[in-house]
Amino acid sequence: MNKVHFDKHRCKGCGMCVLFCPQKILRMSAGLNDQGFPYPELTDPDRCTACGMCFRMCPDCAIQVDKDGVKIKDKKETTDVTK
Amino acid sequence: MPTLKRTNVLTEVRTHYCPGCGHGIAHRLVAEVIEELGIREKTIAVAPVGCAVLMYDYFNCDMTECPHGRPPAMATGIKRTQPDKIVFTYQGDGDLAAIGTAETIHAANRGENITVIFINNAIYGMTGGQMAPTTLTGMRSTTSQDGRGEHGEGPPLKVCELLSTLDGVCYLERTAVSTPKDVNATKRAIKKAFQNQIDGRGFSLVEVLSMCPTDWKLSTAQSVDFVNNEMKEAFPLGVYKDKG
Repeated sequence: MNKVHFDKHRCKGCGMCVLFCPQKILRMSAGLNDQGFPYPELTDPDRCTACGMCFRMCPDCAIQVDKDGVKIKDKKETTDVTK
Repeated sequence: MPTLKRTNVLTEVRTHYCPGCGHGIAHRLVAEVIEELGIREKTIAVAPVGCAVLMYDYFNCDMTECPHGRPPAMATGIKRTQPDKIVFTYQGDGDLAAIGTAETIHAANRGENITVIFINNAIYGMTGGQMAPTTLTGMRSTTSQDGRGEHGEGPPLKVCELLSTLDGVCYLERTAVSTPKDVNATKRAIKKAFQNQIDGRGFSLVEVLSMCPTDWKLSTAQSVDFVNNEMKEAFPLGVYKDKG
């Protein structure tokens, strides 16, 4: 299970997480979210150390990091655009 | 390590900020500090005019909206009538250092017991990239197309250095949000600024150097480099005053 979860519809595709990931295991998606932005994807989840750099640098608080990789799968994704 | 997740002091509303803007990081840090200090129920925030004009939608605490440049004056009134509340203002460089210079300096000089978060991105963001008081020498904007300083604009205004001469000021620090290390330092500075207010020590201001990729016309990576290489040189980071 992934230690890092991206709320892809909250993402604006700035790429800050990709820039600061020390393991270089993030890339921007080919697809777009409901705002029309690309969003980050993990290329190699096993190498993620849950260091939290992506969480710290994300301007949109779209990232959740959990070292144990628990309960993240239940996280509801943002769908309401305006509020 | 505990789970790193979005704090409840921020609402679920998606911000209107441009991709790569430093405001989102600064919002998160302020919200996390409010949560950690357990002061959400008694915090009153004063929103500015500028890019952060809609921040009342993003925070789960009491918010007010203020005329351009006047947050320190409004915060003074709120704090004096309700001294048990925690009052902070969140202002950009056009708001705090241009139209609100008088309010800022006099609130600081009076030693009002408020916290000011000052976001310095060296440009007017919301109105489309005009020259701000903090625009760097030689930097191009829509109103300084040959670079600042070529036509008598003068050098950038250094707010921390300016306010450090005033006796009423308790705490001044300049930080940045361009690297994870700087983000952590910014959070420590913001926490200290709020703690000073809780302890009744007086006026605290944290200046945060922030990215504006849209109006600088740079990519995210280039704007991070711009803050790290050029802004930090013109605006040295550090503690400028600490009476604590």
